[in-house]
Amino acid sequence: MPQNSNAKVLPGKAEPTKIEEKSKKKRRLKVAHPERCIGCLGCMFACSRIRRGSVSLQDSAIKILTRGGLEGDFMVVVCRGCKDPPCVRACPNGALERKPDGNIVFHEELCAGCGKCEKSCLIGAISLCKDGKPIKCIHCGACVDFCPHDVLKLEEVLA
Amino acid sequence: MLRKVLYIDLSKEEIWIEERHDLFEQWMGGTGVGIQLLLEECKPGVDSLSPEAPIILSIGPLNGMFPVATKAVATFKSPLTKELGESYAGGRLHLAMRFAGHEAIVIRGRSNQPSYISINDADVKIKDATSVWGIDAQTVGMILRERETGVGRRSIIRIGPAGENLVRFAGVVVDTYRHFGRLGLGASFGSKNLKAMVISGTEHVDIPDPKRYREVYNKIYRETVQTDAMEKYHDIGTSVNINVLNWLKGLPTKNFQSSSFPEAEKISGEMFADNYLFRRLSCAGCPIGCIHIASLKSPFSKHHEFEVRKVSYDYEPIYSLGSNLGVSSAEGVLELIDTCERLGLDVMSAGVVMSWATEAYEHDLITPQDTMGIPLQWSNVKSYRNVLENIAKISNEFYATLGQGVEYASTKYGGQDFAMALGGNEVSGYHTGPASIVGQMVGVRHSHLDNAGYSIDQKAAKKQLDLEQIVDEIIMEDNYRGIFNSLVGCLFARNVYTEENIILALSAVGLEKTSEQLNDLGVKIFQDKYRFKTREGFNISNQRIPKRFYETVSTLGKIDPEIIKEMLMIYKKKRGWP
Repeated sequence: MPQNSNAKVLPGKAEPTKIEEKSKKKRRLKVAHPERCIGCLGCMFACSRIRRGSVSLQDSAIKILTRGGLEGDFMVVVCRGCKDPPCVRACPNGALERKPDGNIVFHEELCAGCGKCEKSCLIGAISLCKDGKPIKCIHCGACVDFCPHDVLKLEEVLA
Repeated sequence: MLRKVLYIDLSKEEIWIEERHDLFEQWMGGTGVGIQLLLEECKPGVDSLSPEAPIILSIGPLNGMFPVATKAVATFKSPLTKELGESYAGGRLHLAMRFAGHEAIVIRGRSNQPSYISINDADVKIKDATSVWGIDAQTVGMILRERETGVGRRSIIRIGPAGENLVRFAGVVVDTYRHFGRLGLGASFGSKNLKAMVISGTEHVDIPDPKRYREVYNKIYRETVQTDAMEKYHDIGTSVNINVLNWLKGLPTKNFQSSSFPEAEKISGEMFADNYLFRRLSCAGCPIGCIHIASLKSPFSKHHEFEVRKVSYDYEPIYSLGSNLGVSSAEGVLELIDTCERLGLDVMSAGVVMSWATEAYEHDLITPQDTMGIPLQWSNVKSYRNVLENIAKISNEFYATLGQGVEYASTKYGGQDFAMALGGNEVSGYHTGPASIVGQMVGVRHSHLDNAGYSIDQKAAKKQLDLEQIVDEIIMEDNYRGIFNSLVGCLFARNVYTEENIILALSAVGLEKTSEQLNDLGVKIFQDKYRFKTREGFNISNQRIPKRFYETVSTLGKIDPEIIKEMLMIYKKKRGWP
């Protein structure tokens, strides 16, 4: 899977996110401390800026939702990287494909924009962009570097 | 970039969108565009509460695009001062307007019945709000949240009963905890039968050169989170100034009778942070998170049953509802802030109006009959809460008068010497010296944020500045802030947004500006605001300065009236005014 070259670590964070390339291991975005979220939406902007080159909330794979407005709690929605992903199963055209290492590849040319993937995910981690095609987290960690409170973490898990 | 102005005529129930490239190209956005639209829309001399007085909301080219460019500006004819109304709010409004695709919104006319405006991208509707009229500002937010779409990316702005009842210093609550607080925008909403606006959108912004944009973004982000340029706002927050100003003899106490408060420690930022702070929030697009939320837990029975309220606090509300009213408990301050939030009152004006009234009550200018038996005494939180409720309800003639601001109330009841307003606006929480006074007098909206005179005073306390240098600093800030408020950035980030960074950021979104062009624009914006002010009757030469300012020791010692006179003369000369 191509790693996003822009996902570099900004100095000033407690500890840089270290990724050691090892076979049979993969990187997964994890919501480490959701209760620390201050709702700045920096992660969402980072996702659309770095992956899409646009400024957009809709073009972000990660989502910060409010529950009961700013008086309530924030909900941080990220893809869990399911073993048997409902989004892959839901796609009638095979546009979403799970590789043996667990990563999901999106074949845009096969996507008809039906939105069945979006409906299939109970936690709402896959959604349609403005162009009608889904945006799916690739666990690149671009968002991690723009979270001022270490809500997000990129960690290694076994494939 | 989208350059659209959304027009909403509440009387005719007409809604249309105009492309206004000319306007945004010349005036950038934010306050630059806001004042131009006000000059276009508002005929000279119209009643500020009539359908002819428009409300303009605008954002600028950096909103949503760069860190801490998180404000939206409201421009209107102020029901409080009857001249320029200008107020800024953080939260999510700037982002919602950006993604709905409207850089400015013009609201005209008056609705026949209580209404709210729902904006979803280009889908704009005027909806019935009859069933929520009279409901407090917090609850109406909860109700609309359930009714409208756009969770997580919308903004809900609304008024409370004070705005409905046209209290001249009613504010508009933005997304809970943030406000268009000052100069009475809440009354303008009320006069239009407009209870709320819900704004959301799904547009996106294309960037001319994404790589370049990311580089500039990273630079500004790094400077925001790493340097100490914003440390003050990050940790204890603005309320750190309570102890600082108390120590400097600049903390207005009991209606400016003193500039230090013996019990300041009990309402200090440190006290709040250690004992009441439970959460911090940020405006969308800001990594700092300066919104400090306290938990106010009060028992309502002997059986360990509690009411818990979540209240945001800052320096200014602690000054106006704390030291300036002699309130020495953090709980008391929080309770009064929460009352203002629900009623939809500007905390600063409300506090200053009540501090004047307390002193006037002591001098028998106001009687218990006037107050309906409520004893107006320093530190009496229960009384002050009742007074706030009576102001919002306009319970009798006295409270109706209070609701028109301290300038008006003191012409009616007396006590002008201690009616703490400049330019008709209740003053902010600084008795630091002459720059604070002159700064608020000459500032376009008579706010401490026009030119930060209080900060110039503090600079003058450290190194000798002559009067001309002080005036030069005021003028420089007046002009610079016209540009920064057109972007529209949060003033807490002013040290990050140097001229160099502003030029870089604008260039990254496709707007090439030189230093000279920016400075020129800053001056023009200032002049056009004064054009509006003068047209509506403001005259710097006949402004009342409350005597109290000269009686109480400030950070820079006792202030000599002659010094103020001289500074005003220098200021007028430098501005080329008669």
